[in-house]
Amino acid sequence: MEELSRRKLSMSDRIYYIVVTAIAVIALLVVIYPMYFIVIASFSNSNMVNQGLVILFPKDINFYGYRKILERADLWVGYRNTILYTVIGTLLNLAVTLPAAYGLAQPNFKGRRVIMTLFVITMYFGGGMVPTYMLVRSLHLTNSYFVMIIMGAVSVYNVIITRTFFESSIPIELQEAATLDGCSHFRYFASIVLPLSKAVISVITLYYAVGHWNDFFTALLYLNKDEYQPLQTILRNILISNQAMAGTTGAGEGGYAQQYADQIKFAVIIVSTVPVLCIYPFIQKYFEKGVMIGAVKG
Amino acid sequence: MGRKIRSALKRDWQIWVMVMPALIYIIIFCYGPMYGIQLAFRKYDFAKGITGGEWVGMKYFMQYFESPMFWSTLKNTFVISFFSLICGFPAPILLALIINSLRMKRLKRVVQTAVYMPYFISTVVMVAILQILLSPSTGVVSNLLRDMHLVSSNVNLLGTPSAFVPVYVLSGVWQSAGWNSIIFIAALSSVDGQLYDAARVDGANRFQQVIHVELPAIVPTIVILLIMNMGRILSVGFEKVFLMQNNLNLPVSEVISTYVFNIGVKGGQFSFGAAVGLFNTVINFGFLMIANLISKKTADISLM
Repeated sequence: MEELSRRKLSMSDRIYYIVVTAIAVIALLVVIYPMYFIVIASFSNSNMVNQGLVILFPKDINFYGYRKILERADLWVGYRNTILYTVIGTLLNLAVTLPAAYGLAQPNFKGRRVIMTLFVITMYFGGGMVPTYMLVRSLHLTNSYFVMIIMGAVSVYNVIITRTFFESSIPIELQEAATLDGCSHFRYFASIVLPLSKAVISVITLYYAVGHWNDFFTALLYLNKDEYQPLQTILRNILISNQAMAGTTGAGEGGYAQQYADQIKFAVIIVSTVPVLCIYPFIQKYFEKGVMIGAVKG
Repeated sequence: MGRKIRSALKRDWQIWVMVMPALIYIIIFCYGPMYGIQLAFRKYDFAKGITGGEWVGMKYFMQYFESPMFWSTLKNTFVISFFSLICGFPAPILLALIINSLRMKRLKRVVQTAVYMPYFISTVVMVAILQILLSPSTGVVSNLLRDMHLVSSNVNLLGTPSAFVPVYVLSGVWQSAGWNSIIFIAALSSVDGQLYDAARVDGANRFQQVIHVELPAIVPTIVILLIMNMGRILSVGFEKVFLMQNNLNLPVSEVISTYVFNIGVKGGQFSFGAAVGLFNTVINFGFLMIANLISKKTADISLM
């Protein structure tokens, strides 16, 4: 079959496919290479990295950068905080988003239109940074674990995706049958709707979790105590301090400091990013579905 | 009437319970700040709180419009958004069309997995990667550009004002083109196979099928996304600009949101910051409305 269709290709089609494949391969390399480079540079001799000798394979393999960051207590505090914020924050996100989406998907629910309008307005209009900051400050939420978990507890975009999924993918007959049997909304939601919604739950879990993991802004705005800082802030501090160190030592004999500064940088990047990149291939199969659902009602 | 409401409440109370947490959150954390916008028209008074200060009308807006920072922040914001839109908007469409055309299933899957990945890299790490790759003495990209004689030796791309926008925009395309292509790939996968057959019967080659079958099929998606992007024309992502800022590139990198942060939050000029922020929001909303109106009139596609 493949053989047959291949023979049928006209000259122009063949050129088209060759060009398209070539562009795709180039795009693939452009995306992959910088990430690959960071990985191999993180355990190569950084003098060689700096001289441009590490291109395809790691050279003079050592784990100095990794060993050095193991000693940094602040990094592990940040790590612990970020895991805490991500796990608890995402659970809260789901606990608030899923029921709300279910409620707003009920065609006979009286408050549906008003609440939906209230929600959608916030996607296009908001108070802005300063009023939000003032509000959080007047609620005494600054410098607490709580602020990192509560900010962004509901993403209207995710509510809409989930609602659209409930409306379009769960047969209405199921609910009619359940209601006839005297099944309450709570029970129907927990025992029928949720198990049928793995795709959308995976997608919004990913959105929320990655959002928490990568969040830098909330901490920048609302935290100034070291003990609460998330990984991204610590990361930024390490990267900046190394930058300064490399800057002050100059180009000449500063090679030593620069060398280790760079290796720490590479290692820190890997250690902070790998957890996220590890989860996502498992959820990838749901991406298209999830994003498409969101697009329908935008 | 009262009885009707009561019976509806009785019937729907479980739904209300389910919706309530989200509703309360939105009211407090989205509508609360909107109520706090009045700060922009009041002189902030610590003792009297956000809404208790003396009413000064448009004073802070005028102060912003008359300051030299007005044009420079407005221009910087606009330039960065404009080029992000010009380069960042077509890239995912092209990428989707290319991925959709790949005949080798395995290559297709590998390309998709790879191009989505950078989207999950945090802004902090993204900027760190830029600093590493563009470092004047040791950066791989700097060395490459130097070997190609595109830049003079030892140029610090992150400290060169004229390089700020290209670096920002291109790294943005690198990071999000793949992710943004998903929506177009999904739209392309729902194109009716019969349309391709019909085009083939009419003698269209594969490239002509892209132009005459695939592109028209994703036009509605393109228009909707374009409108939504128009609404963000003056809302450059705060984080990345903030993290890329340094003293050398500040003349081109101080955008409205970073200005609001620096002067409003860090500098403590809350009322002034709120006014600048509100100005930004209003302009964005205006752009969104205009884009929505145009597309409603011309293509009968709109958001609301």
